[in-house]
Amino acid sequence: MYHDNDRMKVFNRRAMMLASGKAVLVGTLAARMYYLQVIEAEKYAMLAEDNRISTRLLAPPRGLILDRNGIAMAVNQHNYRVLLVPEQTPSIDYTLDALGRIIVLTESDRARIKKEAGRRRSFVPITVRENLSWEEVARTEVNAPDLPGLVIDVGQSRNYPLENLGAHILGYVAAVSEQDLTDDPLEQLPGFRIGKAGVEKIYDLALRGRHGTSRVEVNSVGRVIKEMDRDEGLPGADIHLTLDMRLQEYAAQRLGDESASVVVMDIHTGEVLVMASTPSFDPNAFNRGLTTEEWKELVNNPRSPLTNKAIAGTFAPGSTFKLVVALAAIEHNVISPDQTVFCPGHMSLGNAKFHCWKKGGHGSMNLVNAIKNSCDVYFYDVARRLGVDRIADMAKRFGLGSPTGIDLPGERAGIVPSRDWKRAALGQPWHPGETLVNGIGQGYCTATPLQLAVMTARLANGGLAVVPHVARERIIDKRAEPRSKPDWEGCGCSAKALTLVRQGMFAVSNEPGGTAFRARISQDGMWLSGKTGTAQVRRITMRERETGVRKNEDLPWKERDHALFVAYAPEEAPRYAIAVVVEHGGGGSAVAAPIARDVMIEVQKRERARLAGLSGEAR
Amino acid sequence: MLRPTSRLPARLGRTELSWRDKIWHINWSLVALLTVIAGIGFLNLYSAAGGSLEPWAMKSMIRFGMGMAILIGVALIDIRLWMRHSYGLYLLSMVLLVLVELKGTIGMGAQRWIDLGFIQLQPSEIMKIALILSLARYFHGATYQDVGRPLFLLPPLLMVLAPVALVLKQPDLGTAMMLMMTSGAIFFMAGVRLWKFAVILAAGLAAIPVAWQFLHDYQRRRVLVFLDPDQDPLGSGYHITQSKIALGSGGVFGKGFMDGTQSRLNFLPEKQTDFIFTMFGEEWGMVGGLVLLGLYVLLIGYGYAIALRCRSQFGRLVALGITTTFFLYFFINTAMVMGLVPVVGVPLPLISYGGTAMLSLLFGWGLVMSAYIHRDVTIGRRGSHED
Repeated sequence: MYHDNDRMKVFNRRAMMLASGKAVLVGTLAARMYYLQVIEAEKYAMLAEDNRISTRLLAPPRGLILDRNGIAMAVNQHNYRVLLVPEQTPSIDYTLDALGRIIVLTESDRARIKKEAGRRRSFVPITVRENLSWEEVARTEVNAPDLPGLVIDVGQSRNYPLENLGAHILGYVAAVSEQDLTDDPLEQLPGFRIGKAGVEKIYDLALRGRHGTSRVEVNSVGRVIKEMDRDEGLPGADIHLTLDMRLQEYAAQRLGDESASVVVMDIHTGEVLVMASTPSFDPNAFNRGLTTEEWKELVNNPRSPLTNKAIAGTFAPGSTFKLVVALAAIEHNVISPDQTVFCPGHMSLGNAKFHCWKKGGHGSMNLVNAIKNSCDVYFYDVARRLGVDRIADMAKRFGLGSPTGIDLPGERAGIVPSRDWKRAALGQPWHPGETLVNGIGQGYCTATPLQLAVMTARLANGGLAVVPHVARERIIDKRAEPRSKPDWEGCGCSAKALTLVRQGMFAVSNEPGGTAFRARISQDGMWLSGKTGTAQVRRITMRERETGVRKNEDLPWKERDHALFVAYAPEEAPRYAIAVVVEHGGGGSAVAAPIARDVMIEVQKRERARLAGLSGEAR
Repeated sequence: MLRPTSRLPARLGRTELSWRDKIWHINWSLVALLTVIAGIGFLNLYSAAGGSLEPWAMKSMIRFGMGMAILIGVALIDIRLWMRHSYGLYLLSMVLLVLVELKGTIGMGAQRWIDLGFIQLQPSEIMKIALILSLARYFHGATYQDVGRPLFLLPPLLMVLAPVALVLKQPDLGTAMMLMMTSGAIFFMAGVRLWKFAVILAAGLAAIPVAWQFLHDYQRRRVLVFLDPDQDPLGSGYHITQSKIALGSGGVFGKGFMDGTQSRLNFLPEKQTDFIFTMFGEEWGMVGGLVLLGLYVLLIGYGYAIALRCRSQFGRLVALGITTTFFLYFFINTAMVMGLVPVVGVPLPLISYGGTAMLSLLFGWGLVMSAYIHRDVTIGRRGSHED
């Protein structure tokens, strides 16, 4: 048994060694437990919460857009959808077959549903069809017992009840694209739409509102176990516009099929009452999704229905530009009000000959008469005396050559040419002849209808630099505040100059022989004072002048003159300014002035009716 | 409690024990300890099923009952009988392992069990016990000098390597490692010289690059993910990441019974089997985890005490081998769920849901108990009472 004792000793010694080894390992386990459950506990507790709780976004209803009288321009419509929850039906095919007998289901719908069903977890609802009519909803509801797994769900979609009326101002909403992404979590929601143009775009953040959240407990495959809490968020702010949609409708009808624009604004407050641009489009189509053909048709239409011509169409202002030339002339004393210029029908500078629109000439013209008759020679001469830079300076003070700052996206600046501008833009020196052309609003000079309306408003309100707007409230970030009483700066133009020019405008519309006399307003207290403009878009050659200038009606549309008219009314106490531009419409006095007259009558009638209504209520 | 220096009644010196003596000497505190641990398991399975005995807790209780019956049965059988039949059991296990291998090949995939109808028999589980018994028998008759001879160590080495190779081929890395480590412990206790272990260890380390070539893709991935769980947080790393989150979020006192969010919401994989300790740790916190750890340590302490009290080398080696196997089960499992070792399929002993492991472990503890009851029986070289 001696060896047994040996073995005993070895065994006991080694048992101790093995046990100590195991003790070390157990110690490691305990230490690890301490590390995980005490030192790192907080981190892991947070990760466990992250696992468990999923935050779902709730989309707030988008703010409405209303006109100044509360007519709804953009609303949210219930969008009825049929959803399919695959796990609630014994067979997707069975349910779809049954549904197909009740509402229309295309083959591509079915293929898409099957594909999605294969990709997603079986409790995630799949959209079967959207934008169901009320009748389809009713039929589906009635047959619900035979349609296992189907759920009817109400979403919201944007709707523009006035369709193409005011579409350019409203803009439209569409799905979020890559470059629109900000850090607003709402943008991640499937089917979320953001403003892509117009008021929808510029006040998008205010209209969106603040997202709500619903915190739910989910299991490892994402199934919702229960809702923990809910924050409804804030609905989007409603936006009231300064526009009067009934006037807008009238103006749009009056423009008819022309490619044209009318802007009417309050000369004191800067409120834009009418901003029509024809032809227009139906913004609902963008929300619904355009077909390729529809899109091509919109884009390739030469009358560019997608462009808001009031702010993004730039036209040579033509004779309407003479108003700022006249202001500059008086202001810089290059001519006295009574001093006359003789118009023989043309003027020569160097070896170039500049024609007046009236072939035989106007004879002797002072400032007021030159405006009344729109005498080109008078303004050639005045422009020559002024030089292009002093004209540019005055034009800029009256709002030309830079965006007016209206609260709409996509506004263009137009061009007020000067020596510096030409050097910078074209790299060429200024030619003296160009000053003459510029003096009658031709050549490089361009302006938007809105700029022309602003110019007229500043003329009419005593030279105050009014800035136009379309939203009645001031919208800062997501809040709407009432606008403070306007306190415009002066344009830096003397009352004397303004009075003279306004006399000229009065004569244009209200004295026999004025270029817009035929388009005067004869109703008492509604008289308007205006200025016509006919902007030539092609060059008239010497040969054509000899054989006789072709009439507009004989030209292709693209080569016809632009017809322009700017005016303010009522004459005694000016309140509204208007600018009308009819692209390739012909003569300003024949085409644009009557439109302006009709719209201005309507505007003033509405105002009188409103006042009558107010006093009627007071009684 | 166990009393290492208990009084020695005269009749215990005898080589034959009556049934009455045997039953009298069953170590009831060991039985109680096993029951407490298994009880924790039932509670856990009840919680894992969301507060229901079905589908796991009830079945596990029935298996534990069967297991206890086997334990008592095994304990009452004379330890010399076990010794005499060790090699036979070993051969039977080998045959079953080969059979499983053949069936598995035909079945086009890893198959580790044979269906006996009422239970799915895993030959590798039987082998764990058979190998311990065989090695204990082999070393029982060896003197310290015998063990020093390299040639003497060759047969037991082959005895180990043959089943290890078969199990590796299944492939079941976890079981193969456990077989090797348990055998290593027995070699160590039998008195194999320490320098030989050093050589084997060095050779083993050198062989790692070679062994890497033979690993299956999923095994390699497990090792790589263990080394850096973040490289695949939603794939293979998901298990271990979620497991650590569950444990860590349990904190010191846990989230409360049946309130573990990770397990209740199914973020925790295999919460009723291999990852049951995680769930326990999430619901009972570090305090609960340490109590369970303490119970296991206590159980292993019992095993050591019994081994040290045995007169026969066979009894000592068997008790220590089983204890070590048990230790390896619980250590590998807990270390795995805590992210200390790679994920290998080793259950938490007596707690994880799973029939074969429960039965084979209790069978093993039956052998330990038998060694305890027959602690003073002297055993001859071949299992007779004479030398």
